Amino acid sequence: MPPKTCTLCSKNRAMLKRPKTGQQICKDCFFLVFETEVHNTIMDAKLFNPGERVAIGASGGKDSTVLAYVMKTLNERYNYGLDLFLLSIDEGITGYRDDSLETVKRNQQQYSMPLKILSYDELYGWTMDAIVGQVGRKNNCTFCGVFRRQALDRGAAMLNVHHIVTGHNADDIAETVLMNIMRGDIARLGRCTSICTQGEDTIKRSKPFKYSYEKEIVMYAYFKKLDYFSTECIYSPDAYRGHARVFLKDLEAARPSVIIDIIHSGEAFEIRDEVKATQKAQQVCKRCGYMSSNDLCKACTLLEGLERGLANAGITDRARRNMNAEGAAPDDMRTIPFYKPPTDMAAIPITSNS
Amino acid sequence: MASSVSLKIEFGGGLELLFANQSSHKLTLPKFVPISNSTSLSSLSSSNLKDTDTESATSDDAAIPDGLKRVDVTYLLHHLRDHLLKERPELFMDKETVRPGILVLINDTDWELEGEGEYELKSGDELVFISTLHGG
Repeated sequence: MPPKTCTLCSKNRAMLKRPKTGQQICKDCFFLVFETEVHNTIMDAKLFNPGERVAIGASGGKDSTVLAYVMKTLNERYNYGLDLFLLSIDEGITGYRDDSLETVKRNQQQYSMPLKILSYDELYGWTMDAIVGQVGRKNNCTFCGVFRRQALDRGAAMLNVHHIVTGHNADDIAETVLMNIMRGDIARLGRCTSICTQGEDTIKRSKPFKYSYEKEIVMYAYFKKLDYFSTECIYSPDAYRGHARVFLKDLEAARPSVIIDIIHSGEAFEIRDEVKATQKAQQVCKRCGYMSSNDLCKACTLLEGLERGLANAGITDRARRNMNAEGAAPDDMRTIPFYKPPTDMAAIPITSNS
Repeated sequence: MASSVSLKIEFGGGLELLFANQSSHKLTLPKFVPISNSTSLSSLSSSNLKDTDTESATSDDAAIPDGLKRVDVTYLLHHLRDHLLKERPELFMDKETVRPGILVLINDTDWELEGEGEYELKSGDELVFISTLHGG
């Protein structure tokens, strides 16, 4: 097969077929279109304000490593005026997170960005290794997900940062759309395609890679020789997402535009107001001060269950009632430190569109 | 004209875990291989892995022997699965190709531009397989 020429510059040899468009392009044009599309996504959604302090949620994996590199590049190229930080959560998973954090530490040097690592151990007094030791491998992902979400916000607050960007890519979002449809979770379906969420907590979250294909992110990392870590979590992965993922990859093999098409379908759904209203009013956790839809936030409930040896208490309503029936939490029980939002945050109203 | 092709293979993105945690491999394949993609040595009667050069029957201009084809990427996939892969073959191959979500580069070019499985291998080719399926 003779070498093909780049359809954009008509000069260099094409090295990549874009899944979104089918265009055959060279390495230099690929870097430029990939970065420019992310820039356009950022500008269209007006994601940032000049002078804003922004934390990049960094796991050491491909998406967040490419995100850190591209955010640094765009911030310099287009003068966003952002103060960028790397924020990592150490879940305490031996042989997995300890290795990936070494990658983040190298990224800190390579991109000269300040790095904050916050561990489950220091925040909750439990590592994931210890949690799995107590609860087994069945519901451990629930603990990890709830604890990570809150840990990221608390890490951001420590950095006095109001905005976290994450490496969620187009494939991740298309998977989430499918999962919400399959579970009938229409309220989440209505908001899972938003590029920016703010509401369950007061710290803004956004996804600059919302329209970036996983294939292009991996190709970008490969061609730029970026240093990333790739190993599956050693504890049972999210099986349901795994099915959605395999299904989506099979669809993509037949028709590459399917990923962007599913996102567009998700964006086009109009969710009736009464369905949206199923989201409970937000309040503040009575024990730790974090945003919550109940008296106790999910993390405090899970932690209390762990501390009292009733780990299911945070998983099912019945187990929680049983724990409450056994009496109030002991006074000397370990709790999460009281949440202090970043300064000036109190003035930002909690919106309900997340 | 040599009767075999030498290749360099790289695995990344977690795929190396299926290959004894070794990311870089060198291997030699016969120039002509069964159309059936069978990789058992007995099916390669005349041109097995240890043959080096000579054999006029396998020179470039000669007719391709019955039941054989020039070695291509599809054959390489079968060879990798049958001889190098240590565990969970379903995470590497799906039907006659790589599992969806694995990127393949031939000499640093997306294999989708090179004919994918039908690309005919030549000595010195470098192939990279990267899994995109691990979390970021």
